[in-house]
This record gives sequence, C-alpha cells and structure tokens, in this order.
Amino acid sequence: MKTNPFDNIGIGVTFSPNLNANLNAVARLCIKFNSKLTLIHVGEASDDKNEVFSNLLKPFLANGLQYKVVFKTGKPVDVILSVSKKNKVDLLVIGALKKENILKYYVGSIARKITRKAQCSVLLLINPTVAPSPCKHIVVNGLKSPKTHQAIESAFYVSHHLEAKKLTIVEEISQHQVHVNVEDDKSLRKSTIVKERIQLRENSRINKIIENIPTVYKSKSNFTTQSIFGKSGYSIGHYAQLVRADLLIMNAPNKTSFWDRVFPHDIEYILTELPTDVLIIR
Amino acid sequence: MSNKSNQAKGFIKALPKNIFSGLVVSLIALPLGLGLAMASEAPPIAGVIAAIVGGVLVSILGGSNVTISGPGNGLVGVLLIAIATLGLNSAYAAIICSGLLLIVLGFLRLGKLANYFPSSAIQGMLAAIGLIILGKQFHIMLANKITRANSVDYLLEIPNTIKQVFLYTDSSLTYAAIAGVLSLAIMIFYPKIRNKYLQLIPAPMWIVLLSIGFSYYVELVLKTPNPIHPQYMISGIPSINEIVTQLPTPNFSNVFSWSFFSSVLALTLIASIESLLSIKAVDKLDPEKRRSNVNKDIKALGLATIVSGFLGGLNVVTVIARSSVNVNNGGTNRSANFFHALFLLLFIMLFSTQLTRIPLPALMAILVFTGYKLASPKKVISVFNIGKEQLIIFFTTLIVTLKIGLITGILAGVLVTLIIHFVISKNVGLFLKNILKPNVLMFKEEGGVGNYFVSVKHYCTFLNYTKLKQKLDEIPENKEVIVDFSLCEFVDHTVMENLHSYQELFQKKGGHFDVTGLDMHNADSAHPFALRRVLPVAKIFASNLTRRQNTLKALATDYKLVFNTKKVKNTSFLNDYNYFKTKKINFIYNQLSDNANELNVFDIEFSEGEFIAKEVVRSTMLQFNLEEQIPKFSIDKEGFLEKMQSFTVVHDIALKNHPDFSKRFLLTGVDEIEIKAFFNDDTVHFFESNPYYHVESKGNSVLIYQKERLASIKELKAMLNFGKQLKKQFSIVTKCTTF
Repeated sequence: MKTNPFDNIGIGVTFSPNLNANLNAVARLCIKFNSKLTLIHVGEASDDKNEVFSNLLKPFLANGLQYKVVFKTGKPVDVILSVSKKNKVDLLVIGALKKENILKYYVGSIARKITRKAQCSVLLLINPTVAPSPCKHIVVNGLKSPKTHQAIESAFYVSHHLEAKKLTIVEEISQHQVHVNVEDDKSLRKSTIVKERIQLRENSRINKIIENIPTVYKSKSNFTTQSIFGKSGYSIGHYAQLVRADLLIMNAPNKTSFWDRVFPHDIEYILTELPTDVLIIR
Repeated sequence: MSNKSNQAKGFIKALPKNIFSGLVVSLIALPLGLGLAMASEAPPIAGVIAAIVGGVLVSILGGSNVTISGPGNGLVGVLLIAIATLGLNSAYAAIICSGLLLIVLGFLRLGKLANYFPSSAIQGMLAAIGLIILGKQFHIMLANKITRANSVDYLLEIPNTIKQVFLYTDSSLTYAAIAGVLSLAIMIFYPKIRNKYLQLIPAPMWIVLLSIGFSYYVELVLKTPNPIHPQYMISGIPSINEIVTQLPTPNFSNVFSWSFFSSVLALTLIASIESLLSIKAVDKLDPEKRRSNVNKDIKALGLATIVSGFLGGLNVVTVIARSSVNVNNGGTNRSANFFHALFLLLFIMLFSTQLTRIPLPALMAILVFTGYKLASPKKVISVFNIGKEQLIIFFTTLIVTLKIGLITGILAGVLVTLIIHFVISKNVGLFLKNILKPNVLMFKEEGGVGNYFVSVKHYCTFLNYTKLKQKLDEIPENKEVIVDFSLCEFVDHTVMENLHSYQELFQKKGGHFDVTGLDMHNADSAHPFALRRVLPVAKIFASNLTRRQNTLKALATDYKLVFNTKKVKNTSFLNDYNYFKTKKINFIYNQLSDNANELNVFDIEFSEGEFIAKEVVRSTMLQFNLEEQIPKFSIDKEGFLEKMQSFTVVHDIALKNHPDFSKRFLLTGVDEIEIKAFFNDDTVHFFESNPYYHVESKGNSVLIYQKERLASIKELKAMLNFGKQLKKQFSIVTKCTTF
C-alpha cells in the first residue's frame, strides 16, 4: 500500500450554485487526507476566475491546503480525463445532481462517462455541503475479485482518516452461488447449509485480507462483516441506503460495454440511484 | 440407513390413519367427481376417473404431503366451453395438451404462475366460476333443464325457474325438485350439527346414501316405481369393464385452431392457479408443518392429467375441500391420497349400478352449494372491506369472465389493477422504471439472535411479488423475520395479503414474521392496501352487550375476575396444543381472567376444513398456566369412536391399577413412562369423580373444554370450578414428584 493513496485529489469545477459547497467538501477532504488539490476548469483561463477560487479556498489555506488550477478548453469529459491523467490525480471528486422534489440522486451524463472512463479512483458526492458533516458509517464491498483487496485497504485508510465509527464489509452472495432452489423442506435445509458454508468461506477470505492491513488503520474504527443475499452490485447499494451509511466504497467495474447499460449490473445500478456518497477504487 | 428404516417404520405406523382418512375423503370425492363431470357436460364417470388417476399418480410422484387431487371446481367453467365448442373427443385432446403444458411449467419452475395475478382478480375469477356453476346447475336442481347461450342468461332465468317449480303438473318433476331442495338443505345445515357419528360421513355422501336408500325403499318396500322422473336420474355409469374396453379416442385434428389453443391455455391456467392456491392453503393445515414442493406437484398433476385424458377423465388438480377433509380425518402423508383413489376404484367396481339410483337434482344441489360458496356475498364483503378499488377489480374480472371468458376476464382484472395502481400512486414512472430491478435485499443480521432482515425498495405489487416471495421462501419458518417497507413507495393488496399468510405460517411453525415501515404509507392519504384495514368499525353504541355477556360480567365481579368482551386475534398461547394443530383459530372473546392472568376462561371461534367442507365452531374453553412442568398428555372421554380410533389412529395409555379409568378415558401422550408416573391414585380418582372434560397439557399450561359449542353460564361456572381444582391437584402431584 502506498503511504498516501490519495496524494493528489482532483475536481472538475464550473461556476454553478454548487461551486461553494463542492469546493468546501473537497478542501476538507484534502486536509484530512493530507493531499494536494487540483481544480480542473473547462474553459479559458482568466484572473476573475482565479480570484473566485482563491476567495472560496482562503479559509483552508491556513490549515495547509495546497492547490492549483488547470484551465483547458474542449469537451468536458475529455478535458477532465486528460488533465487528471497528466497531473497524476489519484482521486477525482464529482458532485451528483439531486432530482427535484425527491430525495434521490443520480449522476449526470458527463459524470457518468467520467466514472466509467477514469483511470483513477472516483468519489461521487451526493450532497456536498459548506458545513462539515461527520462520516459515521462506511460500507465497503467484499466481492470475490482481485480488486477487492485494494478496496478494503482503502476503506480502512479512509475510515481511519475520516474517523468513521463503523466499517462494514459486505459480502454479496448471489443465487447462483447457492446452487440450490428452495422447493420444499429438504431443499430449504440444504440451501441454508450451503449458505452458511459460503458465509463462513467468505468471512475467512475477508479476514485474510484484513489481517494484512496495518494495525494503525484498524485501531480506531469498529469493523464487522455482513453477508447479504441479492443481486451483486445492486444489493450493496440497497444495503448502504438501508443502514444509512455515509460512504459506500466499491471496486471499479470491469470494462463496460453498451449492453451493460441496457441490462445494468454492478456499478451501473449504483449510478442510476446513488444511495449515498460512493467511492470507486481503481 | 437407520434413518431410512425409521422413515419406513413411521410410514407403516401411520398407514391405518391414512387408510381411514382416504376412505372418508373418497366418500366426498365420489359425489363431487360425478357432479363436477356432469356440470362440465362430460360423462359422469370422467370426474371419478380423474380422481382415481390423480390419486394414484400424484401420491406417488407429487411433492406435497396431505393434499388430495382430483377434478376441480374451477375447471368446470372452462371444460364446459371446451366441450361445447370442440366436442368431447377434442376436449380430451385439449386436456392432454394442458397436462403437457403443466409438466413444462413444472420443469420451468413456473409453478408460481398464480403469483403473477392480483388476488382480487383471482377472487373475481373464482366468483365468476362459482356463478357459472350455480347458474347452470340451479335449474337442474329444480328439475327444469334449460339451455341458454350465455352464463349470464342462466343466472337471469333463476327466478323464472323458481316460479316454474310451483306450476309443475308432472308430479315426477316435483319429486325431483324436492330431492334437489332437500339435498341443498343437507349441504347447508350439515356443518351446523356437531355430532361425531354424523360427521364421520361427509354431507355429499349422506345425500348419495339417502337417495340410494330412498330408491331401494320405494322399489323393495313400497313396490312402486321410483317417483322421480327418469330423465332426472344419473344415467350411463359404465362398469369397470366398459371403462377399460371403451376408451375414448382423443381427437387431435383441430390442434391448431384458435378455439383449441385458447381452451388448452385456459385449462392450464386455471388448473395451475387452483392447484397452487389449494396447496398453499393446505400447507397451513398440515399438522406436521411441512412445506410442499410445488413444482414437483405441478409436474405430477400434469402427468396425471395426460393419463386421465387418455382414459376419458377430466383435468387433475389439487382440491381444497377434499384436502381439508383429509387433514381433519388424520391424513398425514401422501398415502391418504392413494387410498382415496383405491376406495373410489372399489366403489366403481362394486356399486356402479347403485349409482344410477341417485337423482340428478340431488347431485346438482352439491354443486349449487359449491358455486354459492365460491361467489358468496361474504366474499364480496371481505373484498369490499379491503378497499373500494379492490371491488372494482373484483367486479371487472367477474363480469368480463361471465360475459366473454376466463382468459379475457383475468387479463381485464390485471389491466384494471394496473390502471388503479397508476392512478393511486400518481407515478407511472415508478412502475415502469423499476420493473426489472432486483428490489429485494435479504440478509441475516450478524451476531446476536441472527434475525433475517428483508428490505424492499421502490414498489412491491403483484408485478414483482415473486422477487419478494423467492427471498421469503429461503427462510426457515421457525426463524425471526423482519420485512421492511420503509424504502418502498407502494405496496399493493396482493402483497399485503400474501404477507399476512406468511405471518400465519411463521406463527404456526414457531417463528415470527414482522412487517415494518408501513406507518408512513398510512399517514399518506390513509393507504388503502395497508394490512391494518382489519380494525373493526367503531361501535355506535358504547355498550351493546348481549344478555350472556351481561351475565358473564356479573359473574366476573362475583368471582373477582376481569371480563373482556373484545375479540382478541393474537392467540399464540394456544398454538402448541395438539387440538388446534389442524384448526385455524379466528379469535377469542368474552375472556374472563384472574388478576395474575393465570386462569383464563374464554369463548373461542375457530374453523376446521376449507371451502365447502369448512365448519366454523364456537366453543368455551379454560386455560391455566402451571408453575411446574408436567408431562404432555391429553384426556378424552372414551366412546365408541375413540375405541375404534385407538386401534388405528392413536394409542391409549393403559394405567395398570385403574381398569375403570382406562375404560372410560382415552389417555394419550408421547412420554408414556412419565405420564404413568404422573397419574397416581389421587389424580385418577379426581378424574373419575368429576364430570368429563377434554383436558390437554402442553407441559406448563393446560387447556380444558367440554363441548364444541359455547358453554352456558352454569356450565361455565362448573368448568371454572373444575379448572381451579384440577390446578390444585396438578400442583400437589408436581410437589411430590419432579418431572
């Protein structure tokens, strides 16, 4: 594990009503993680713009915030992706939109494209606020995947720095894994046993990952594991929403194609209905 | 291996019970089979063939435990149309094809087909089938056979037929009508009489026995010809040889016609819906609390339907009334179904000529009663109580089914339900956007008790109920479950009703099933589908106690007891008593209890059996708790019937030094040694010197009742006294010995 996985945090900025809240949220994050901030603006450079940014970020400079602003014209998606690649951004922060009247969030088309194509980790914020809000409960996926190791490591890192009280590692068990269709008492018993066996196996797999994590990160937060039964990728969002988690940490999806959007799975589900802030680890 | 041999031992031990129960079921299946076949305009024997084939094949290959299979009520409407439009031989071909389709459904695990329909629409469809049966057979019951084009016309003709009866000039027709009316009276009043000897033979069989008896009486004693018009006697019951030699040849020539196709579809749909609803209802009655394998059963039913079709029988489905009779008479496994078929075969072999002595109106009275039960005003009221919009769904399905047909009817019901959901939720997008999403999350809470938690998102209606059902089915019924709807914006009546039946199931099997998160929905314009609709309407007059209640109130003050007239639906303290294993408790009321809530006298309403075999019983019982554990046992008066049963069904524990006690009382229980030790001389003398009561102990609590009816005040006082003394007696015994 790198000493600081989020050394350089990037954010795309436009002059929208959300600007102040977005900048406040990301600046707080940079101070907590001790990282540099890169503001990416799609458009021409100008002193006016620079002044707005520096005014908004002034309160944080005292706490040691270092930032730079990169201006570039072009298509928003391409600009943000290329600039963050060039500047070695480790974590890209994107503000989600809030649907009118309903307490539901979704990711705009630009942000979605960025999420899919970005080469670095992505943090989707559903409700950036000017005032700080504590992060109490973090949920992280424990899927059986080579990427999970990194996701869980990052989760411990994040929870350590954000001082989260609780960290839940969720193993999603899908129907395919159980293999048994419940039809009568006999198959029910069988499926219950199979499920328990899978649960034990998953737990020991997760525990192995946890063992390798430096004790510094494990000391502060209270971590538990939880198996859930449902569609993988979707149910973890459902779970995060149910337990009112403040942050959901997920593996990056494998390369998605057109069909994945027509028949959504995994991350695509999360993008259509954001349950909470989502951090996608790459 | 030892497990297997144990199973075999248990099976053989349970065999006498199942043979007995199979016999009783065959007594009801014979008249129903004949009647249902005739109502479908098929040869009468077709129904019995279906029952025999179904009983044999489904008992061997099926996946349910205490169900009985045979010809079903629901199919009468479809078969009627199929036979009318296709002709009998093509109808057999349609039956065979529907059997094939059922097998396919079973293999595709689509036994859950019925879950995709709103329950009010299914209710409406069943009511329509009831009206079709009632409308057509009512005329035959009154000996006025008419032919009309439409099932609605049959219904409209009913007043006319009643008028007609009083104008008959031919006395043989009047006699036929009298036979019909008498039979209907037997069907109606039979459940009201609680006599165990009378109840041994089901009402339909009484009708058969009485009419055959009457016919012999006229012929042999009065030596006159039967006064009932020969046209209104059952005709054409072939002997067993004729059945085997004269098999019908199914006509597959118009397989590709639309009418054939729609008949097959309707037969399959109704057969699967009727079977599924019946299996679900019977599982709740199963004393051993087993879970049926629906898909395996559907496959077996499909195969049985094919065989039955080739042999000239009707569709085979799982039937609710006969299954409940099976449970009530001690059927414990599939062999009861097998023996029911065997006895039917025996009847046909031995008595096929006697069956022609049954008047047609008498048989049709059974069907009129069945039809009425399917479409009774009570059904309409219960639908109305759920919500006015359910009534719209109900009547749309009912009217379209009557006017056009079953498939169109149920589709209309689905469509109306959808529109109503759209209108009520004012959010079409909610349904369309989320239809494919896996909206149900289930997990077992880690640590602690390990409750199962199920959370449902977006909406939950008949459209996506199977997703919820699939998850719920994966939970063993003796566990704690919480179903949370707080993330769900819309829950419909179909789901609420199904959840309610899960709740009952879990309660019966020792688990707990909680539904949470619906409070918000209620606040939101008094949500029409919420379960709490069962709240009784506020009474206009504060005190409208009956005379009995007033006397009970006085008695309560006299005995320093607390009197509560309210209906209490939570009767979990009665759950573990053997007596209630095959019964469904509706509520208890008029409760008298002492302050410590240790002694408890109450009136209780419970029901036994389902559908036309349903009997609602009100009784008065006494229950008290004990501080010490005593063995589990039950004591009953030993009459002739119990003597007979003690050979087959139960084992009477004999006490060595008390032959008189053993002769007079039927003492049963599992742990014989403990029970023998518990019944010392004092206890035996106590029982011998007191009047008879049924006493059942479940360890730390005892239930007492005398008769299966409400007790008079005098009887109640006596029972109270007996209960107090019995409690004292038991505590003396437990002090001397520990168990």
